[in-house]
Parts: sequence; C-alpha cells; structure tokens
Amino acid sequence: MTTQLVTNKGKEKCDPSFAKEVMDKSHAHLERCYQCVACSSGCPSAYQMDYPPHQLLRMVQLGLKDRVLNSNTFWICLSCETCATRCPNNVEIVLVMDQLREMALKENRKDSTHLPLFHNTFLSMVKFGGKTYELGLIMFYMVKSGDLFKIKELPSLIKLGINMFTRGKLAILPPHIKGQANIKRIFELSEKTG
Amino acid sequence: MKRKIGVYLCHCGSNIAGYLDVAKAADYAATLPYVVVARHYSFMCSDPGQDMIKKDIKELGLNGVLVCSCSPTLHLRTFRAACAEAGLNPHLCEMATIRELSSWVHSHDRVAATEKAMALIAAGVKRVLYRNPLEAKWAPVNPNTLIVGGGIAGIQTALEIASAGEKVYLVEKEPSIGGRMAQLGKTFPDLDSTEELLIPRMEMVKTSPNIELLTYSEIAEIGGYIGNFKTTINKKARCVDETKCNGCGECWAKCPVEVPSEFDYGMRKRKAIYIPFSKAVPKIPVIDRKNCKYFIDGSCKACESVCPTKAIDFKQEDKKIEIDAGACIISTGYDTFDPSPITQLGYGKIDNVVTSPEFERMLNPDGPTGGKIVMKNGATPKSVAIAHCVGSRDQNYHQYCSRVCCMYSLKYARLIKQQLGADTNVYQMYIDMRCFGKGHEEFYKQASEEGVNFIRGKIGQISTETITDEEKGKLVVVCEDSLLGSMIRVPVDMVVLSVAMKPRADTADISRAFLLGRSADGFFLERHPKLDPVGTMLDGIFAVGCCHGPKDIGDTVAQATGAAARALELISKGRVDIESATAFVDEEVCAGCGVCESICAYSAIEVNPKTKLAKVNEAICKGCGACAATCPSKAMQLKNFTHKQLIDVIDEATKDFAGLAK
Repeated sequence: MTTQLVTNKGKEKCDPSFAKEVMDKSHAHLERCYQCVACSSGCPSAYQMDYPPHQLLRMVQLGLKDRVLNSNTFWICLSCETCATRCPNNVEIVLVMDQLREMALKENRKDSTHLPLFHNTFLSMVKFGGKTYELGLIMFYMVKSGDLFKIKELPSLIKLGINMFTRGKLAILPPHIKGQANIKRIFELSEKTG
Repeated sequence: MKRKIGVYLCHCGSNIAGYLDVAKAADYAATLPYVVVARHYSFMCSDPGQDMIKKDIKELGLNGVLVCSCSPTLHLRTFRAACAEAGLNPHLCEMATIRELSSWVHSHDRVAATEKAMALIAAGVKRVLYRNPLEAKWAPVNPNTLIVGGGIAGIQTALEIASAGEKVYLVEKEPSIGGRMAQLGKTFPDLDSTEELLIPRMEMVKTSPNIELLTYSEIAEIGGYIGNFKTTINKKARCVDETKCNGCGECWAKCPVEVPSEFDYGMRKRKAIYIPFSKAVPKIPVIDRKNCKYFIDGSCKACESVCPTKAIDFKQEDKKIEIDAGACIISTGYDTFDPSPITQLGYGKIDNVVTSPEFERMLNPDGPTGGKIVMKNGATPKSVAIAHCVGSRDQNYHQYCSRVCCMYSLKYARLIKQQLGADTNVYQMYIDMRCFGKGHEEFYKQASEEGVNFIRGKIGQISTETITDEEKGKLVVVCEDSLLGSMIRVPVDMVVLSVAMKPRADTADISRAFLLGRSADGFFLERHPKLDPVGTMLDGIFAVGCCHGPKDIGDTVAQATGAAARALELISKGRVDIESATAFVDEEVCAGCGVCESICAYSAIEVNPKTKLAKVNEAICKGCGACAATCPSKAMQLKNFTHKQLIDVIDEATKDFAGLAK
C-alpha cells in the first residue's frame, strides 16, 4: 500500500522504506523533525537549493525518493553544520546530506549543476596528492563539465586565476604529502565499506 | 445627630506629598462644613496613622471619617477596621483617592493637583455626610454539600469533602457514577488504565459513610443562597428496590429485550433491565421503561421471576427528595461532537470511520471489542489515520480548541502500534500539535520516534473511490501536506475522528436552574479566569471539570480538589458575611415594571406578580447598583449610595476650585 503525492506533474509514490534506509544508514533521527524551519532559516546556501533543508527532510520522511535524490540540495550543502547546531530536536542534518550524496552517486543520478562531478573531481585530487590541488581540480573539472568551451566566461576565469596565483593561492605543481600511503588506505577502506 | 467629620490626608511618603500641597489641602478641608478636624501624616495606613484616627474618634467624638490617600481597593478595609475598633460604625468611613486620581496623574502641575485633591476631598466629605451606619449581616452555613454530576470531577470533590468529615450528596443522572472517564481506555501521557484509576475511587464513594449517592436522579428545583441552598431532587424510578438488590445479574441475563447501549455508543446491545457497564457503582440495574416489554404490553416479567431477592418493583414511581446544602458543586461534564454534518469525512456513511469516543470504547478492555482494535469485518487494520480538530477550532462548529485531542490522538497512535505491531502505519492529520502539559511534549517526541507519520493539514475528503490497485478496498484520505505544498492520498483501513468536546445538551437547563452564567462557547462561566477559575458568579456555587470547559483528567482533578477546599472553607467558617449596602425599594414609587429583575446579575430581585412591587433578597444582593441605575422611576436605590447623595457629590466636586491652592 503506497501513499501518493498528487502534484501538477502527476502522481508520485511515497516509499516509506526509503525513509527507513536513510535513517538507518545516516543514524540521524529524522522522525523527530517537527518542521520548525530553524535549519532552513540559518542555512547560508539555502537560497541556491531547489528545496531548502526542512523540505528535503519532509520529503525524506514521506519517502519521495526520486524527488529527493534528483534535488541539488545536498550537493549545494556546505556541511557547515549551522542547521544541526540549531536544530531543537538534534537531527543530524549533515549526516543526512552525506548519506543522500552517497545514495545519489551510487544510483548515478544526473544533476544539472555538475556538482557531483565537482565532488568526484575534488576527491580524486585528494586521492592523488593527499590534499587538494586547485589547478588540477579546475582543469579537470572544466574539461569534464565542458565549461572550458564557454568562451565568453573564459577571460573572467583567467583573470580570477591570475589573481589567485599572485596571492599564492594557486600552486603550479601538484602537492605531495608524507602520509600518502595512509590516504590511500583511507580511500580503500571507505570504498570497501561503502 | 450633628455630624462631626474628621479628614485625614496621607503623604504616602512622597507619592502624594511630592506632587501636591498636602498642608494646604488639609487647611481647606478644615473649612468645610461639619469637619471638626483635618490632619495630614506621612503614612495613614501605618499603625501611628490608624491610631491617630482612633484617638480622634474617641476624644473628639467623630461620627464620620474621610481618609484621603490611595484607592479604596487597597486600604478601605484597613481604615474601616480601625474605625470599628474605635467604636465607629465602619460604614461611616470613606476614602478620597487623591493619589491615583490626583498626585500620580498630575505630577507636572502642583497647583492643579492640589486643587483637584481639594475637589475630591470636598466631594468625599459630602459622601460621608450622607452615609448611615449599617449593620453587619451574616447567615449560618449548612454543612452539607450538593454535588451535581458523578464523573471524575464529582467523585474527586465528594471524596475530598467526605474525607474531611462533612456530608456530601452526590447526584448523578445516569444509573452509575463514573461519567465519561469510565468510557475511556487508557490515559495520557502515562498510558495507565482508566479502570485501575477510577474503579477504586468509585468504590470509595460507595463505601464512604459521609457520601449519600443518588444515582438515576436529577435536579428538579433549586432555591436559596450561599450557605443555605434548598434543592429538590427528582429520583427517577429504577423499578428495582435498591435495598433488596444484590447485583447478581440474573435479571439482565434473562431479559429478552435488546437495545443499543448508550454507554457503548451503540457498538453493542444492552438489555431493557441493565447496568451500563460491568463495574457500575452502584451495581443495581435500572429498568428502561421505554423498551421494557412489561411497560409496553404488560407481558414478560422475566426479571421478576428470576430475581432471587424479589427486588423488582414495577410499581415504583419517581420520588422527590429535598436536600439542603451550604455549597453546590456543578460537575456535569461534556458531550462529544457528532461529526456527521461534516460530510467530507463520511462519518455514518463509510464503514471504519469512527469517532474518538467510539475508539476509546474499543480500547477499553471492558468494551464491546474486549479492548481489541478491529474493523467492522472483524479484521485488524494495517493502517490508521487520525483526524485532529474535528469540530474544534472551526467557526462553523466550535471555535475553541478542545485541548485534549492532540494528546489522545498521540495516545491512540502509540496504543495502535503497541497492540497491532510497530509496522502498523499511523497517520496524524493535524493543524497544530498542542502538547502543552507536563510530560506531554515528551510523549509527542516518543510517538514520533516510534514512527508515527505526521501530516500537517486538515482532511479534504475521506473516500472509497480508488485510483490505483494498491488503494483498492481501502479508505483514501485526501489532504494537503501543507509543509510540502502538495496534495497527498493516503490509503488506510480505518480513520479515527478526534471530535470536539461540547457543552452537555442539558447545560441550558442546569444554567437556568442554578442561574449560572455561560461563556460564548456554551460552557459555564467562571468568576475570574485567573484568580477564581473554580467559582461562578453566584456565591457558593462552583463549576468543575469539563462543564466549565474542555480539560484533561489531571486538570479536572486539580480543579475538583480546589472546589472541595472552597466548600470546606465555607463549612469551617460556619457563617457567611452578607453585603450590608444592599439595594432597597421605595414601595410608594415602584411600578413593578421588572427592569431591575431582568438586569440583576445575581437574581436577587423578584417582582411580586400580585402586589406589582419589586422585592430585594438582601442575602443575595451584592450591592452592585445596576438596578438603581436602571430603575426608570428611581424607586430602586442602594443603601449609602442614594440618588440625592450622588447628585450632591457631583455638584460638590464640580464647584470652582481655581485659585484655592495658590
């Protein structure tokens, strides 16, 4: 028996097992949320999200799997933890966001913002050098996302790059850290455990 | 008698003396006619201040005192007591409010403030001139208490008063006490069984030597006033001799007539001779004369033939019993809202849409389903929706919040999960969750952690029309999840409507009999919402429990205990003081128009239809003056506040005081 959401785009099925899965895997007490909207009110990036955090939580509660995993909310989330700090019910929203990112990646959900791509490129840089390599990150990301070929925006980006370089924020060579082997192990472990 | 008036001005520290010229005002007061002494002092309410008045009364033989200080609400009692101590009738002491009405409000203008004080003093002296000594009146208090309504409120009040050793008459309309609480399953927020809480208390009522239990009885008439109520009770014929019956149950086992049980909201049948529920107190059956075969066609008499103690008495008739009591406690309880007018909810048309009282019966182990949650076909539901605010917070039905529905809806959710398994889907369609009591928010949190689904939005439609295969055979609850802004269709097996509490159908009759006021919502009106939530506008009558407004069991018991304390206060005092400054009628002038009778809030005036004269019951009159103000022929006046006095006082106060303070 499935609860259905009736919207102007048609009917959406609610899948309670999705809510349970998110709760079990994230260990966040989502069921406690009583929609006070403290999370969205304090969120510094909520204005960029298609659903502010409280609505995303509500959608998870109801089990609107597709709508949740196709949203950009958890990709835009900065994990600054303002929401979780202010939540009167101690709902660990950041854990939920993390969990949703993982689920979306596993299911290969397409996202219009290329944010998963950025996410993956960033991680591959860390895996490669032990810490972030800005130049490499920008290059790979822009090539993969196709942003490199948006000729109009290129001059402003080059200007930004030069500015960062002159202030010492953009290294030419990739970094190399001592604990490279440990970083590799961390990645291996987390890939194994999922 | 020549009037000798003393005027006393208070400095009130600098509260008065800081803003107006007290000495000048006192000098002025000394010039007024009949004033023999005018003094001023830093604090008149202090012991030396009061002693000053007492000394003057004794030495100068004052027969009028005017204290010019703060408001009479604050200190009139103080100064009148001082006068009485010195042997002066307290009604000859008056106050002029020169602090609130002059110094405080005109602190920027010393001269004007002083002149206004002079006006108030001059008017005050006039008021004292017209005052006559009045006798303090009191009446003895009958130590018996009458309690109307034997629910938890009435039971609690009765037990409290009886345990203090005083006599209680507990009158109950139904064949058994227990009231609404006896119908419930469990309580929130502790999930205690109501039976375990209530039945021992009911038994205590039965065995207490101080409680006289009058079940199946109603109030026929009531008269009198605080301390001395005279009531007539109509004890309906049970057709069973209470002294002989031992409650064995042979009669109702044998009775061939079956009718829907009112106690179980028609969910099961009872006999024509019946007790409403198995643990009824007293366990003495009643013959329902409307449905009994003997009363219809004179046949049957099955009960009489099986009764081992020959207790059946078909010839029994209604009896009138007179009861005198010092205090009356009204605890007549509430009714529940019938949701059938809200057609979109389909109550009465769609199976498995039940009201909360019906669901409570289902949860009660003594109920029609033996405590099991079942659908009409006997199966257990896999999913249940609970609709909040059915008939509450709704301008079309009842504007008020019924206060207990949020909590009992959460209770249902948890009990459903307990009984039918944690995987049972429970939905709450709410507007706001109002869980304000002690332990209530925690209960709410527990319910949400147990996986109860909360959907914020009122139900738009409960329908049997299905659009998908999964919905087939279910009730589809259509509503908006207003937190998401989307319509939602929830297929469930059962819907519980959390219906509003409303005043009893006979509230109007009780209100007329006891002359009790009602608030706009129809419940009885308390004297003061904060400072006297137990008393009514009528002294000696208290309203407790849900007849005063929706409340839960805990609040009801608290209020009932308060009412018991109030009744015991009256009894232990043994006498009631009666207002001396009552209204009186000039019988030469009265035309018997009855305007005073209709305006009196305390029902203290009666117009004699024969003599066409109004008569004031001085024991009830509060001296409010409403009658005197409305009487078109000025026949009705208030002692010490006569028309002539008031006109003279106004004349005096509006004299020209300009320049006197310069």
